[in-house]
Amino acid sequence: MNPAVGRRKPGLTRRLVRLALILLALVFLLLFLVLPLAAVFVEAFRQGVEPYLESIRQPEALSAIRLTLLVAAIAVPLNVVFGVAAAWAMTRFEFRGKALLGALIDLPFSVSPVISGLVYVLLFGAQGWFGPWLEAHGVKIIFAVPGLVLATVFITLPFVARELIPLMQSQGSEEEQAARVLGASGWQMFFRVTLPNIRWALLYGVLLCNARAMGEFGAVSVVSGHIRGLTTTMPLEVEMRYNEYDYVGAFAVASLLALLALLTLGIKTLLEWRYGDELAAHAPGGH
Amino acid sequence: MRKLFPVLLAMMGVLLASVAMGKDITLLNVSYDPTRELYRQINTAFVAQWKAQHGDSVTVQMSHGGSGKQARSVVDGLPADVVTLALGYDIDALADHGLVAKNWQQRLPDNATPYTSTIVFLVRKGNPKGIKDWADLVKPGVQVVTPNPKSSGGARWNFLAAWGYALKQPAGNDDKAKAFVRELYKHVPVLDTGARGATNTFVQRGIGDVLIAWENEALLARQQLGKDKFEIVVPSITILAEPPVAVVDANADKHGTRAVAEAYVQFLYSPQGQEIAAKNYYRPRLADVAARYASQFPTTHTFTVDELFGGWRKAQARFFNDGGVFDQLGPGS
Repeated sequence: MNPAVGRRKPGLTRRLVRLALILLALVFLLLFLVLPLAAVFVEAFRQGVEPYLESIRQPEALSAIRLTLLVAAIAVPLNVVFGVAAAWAMTRFEFRGKALLGALIDLPFSVSPVISGLVYVLLFGAQGWFGPWLEAHGVKIIFAVPGLVLATVFITLPFVARELIPLMQSQGSEEEQAARVLGASGWQMFFRVTLPNIRWALLYGVLLCNARAMGEFGAVSVVSGHIRGLTTTMPLEVEMRYNEYDYVGAFAVASLLALLALLTLGIKTLLEWRYGDELAAHAPGGH
Repeated sequence: MRKLFPVLLAMMGVLLASVAMGKDITLLNVSYDPTRELYRQINTAFVAQWKAQHGDSVTVQMSHGGSGKQARSVVDGLPADVVTLALGYDIDALADHGLVAKNWQQRLPDNATPYTSTIVFLVRKGNPKGIKDWADLVKPGVQVVTPNPKSSGGARWNFLAAWGYALKQPAGNDDKAKAFVRELYKHVPVLDTGARGATNTFVQRGIGDVLIAWENEALLARQQLGKDKFEIVVPSITILAEPPVAVVDANADKHGTRAVAEAYVQFLYSPQGQEIAAKNYYRPRLADVAARYASQFPTTHTFTVDELFGGWRKAQARFFNDGGVFDQLGPGS
């Protein structure tokens, strides 16, 4: 299109640009999101429904599902407690080292998950700092469930706090102070004023945290030991089956993981749709 | 004292009865990647045998992963009673940390390797490039897929197999072997980090004309991914891949599982264990089992790492450590 035409018909150019941008975004989504996701399900059902069901009915698959849910069920509440406490400290108090705390909260985002896992091995492994003491007292952390939980908590640490801090900063503490002046106790203030104000950001953080906790691979791979039926979470089970040339099995478990992720996404979309205005007003950009 | 005696006797009786009724024993076998089906069958057979002979209920737990990573995990405290890995070097690492006796390879028959495999070529249907032996891999226009021996245990077997082939040719020597291997790696379009990645490159992405692979993995991959798409070519001479096994002494003694752990590795050498190994595409050591599966395993001349390279420790230091022969193969050297 030559500039002269563009100048005479500015509306057309704008429409074309808009169309091109939308198309570009859609093509990208299709190529990098929808296609791989579809591939997971196509591969999983490649040999039909029966082999698919067979491979997710195996005890190893069931135990991997249980373990994944268990780890998430421990890691997410811990992160809620930590996230709220950290966000509270960061936005309501002035203290020395506040900047340091803020930087530390972000640490798990900037450290490679594999390194985080390795750190725990170096601390609690048989050759590690506390390894001999732990072994002498019969405490198992690495290559057992506690290690998986530790690694997952570390990896997901920032999610809740990072959702809450910008929101609580922008909201300020006037309403809370008003509640205190009117005679509310600390807990009353928290449950009646603070929590309703932050609930959507909190839920958003929980969903993100949960998705990551269930999908985490690198860190748990290092501390798991890959003991079938004992310490393999779903992402690890996917990898092991893939390495055993068990394509249907690998993709079947992967499809379950994808379903869990889709469920999370669905809940998030539902919340955004129902409470869109409220979220738009408060939510910081997600991660 | 006299009154105590019957009480003691009764206690011993109870103890004996409980022993006769059997204990619950758990064994952890830390293995490498594609041995799941093999050990699923071995475990079922072994558990039944032990139950029949001793009355105990044994549960064998499995861990699978890259051989080197698995050895590292055992060093870091993964409580393996038994290891069944891809190369002796990884069990040597356990011996270096005092977990396994230094003489582990002499404690069991056949270099502590109850079943073997060998390095073969997986080619596309109809063998369009006419690959028959190692020399065909360096012909113009042939692309070879093999992983990086720096990162992959399996790829080290491939490297040594190629080296050994060149060395064993008439008038072969180290210089000629080095030249052949250098030429071979010039035909490798992608150096994947692991054996699994290389298989993927060849099978899924359709890159390359020939995949250098363990025979058992080639047979397994062909079984799983389509018998009509690939053919296996066994070269005239190749390396005898020996995936060894060992009882992890320190752990077995700590868990009180030594008797079961030793019986478990011995079971791999029994006719029943050998049969299961053969069914899962590993070459059995027992002659009569091997005879029954002869059609699955074409005869070829093989050499071992010990014969040609003086064992894994020496081979590792000479070829694969930093500054070793593989590092010297790069362009400009």
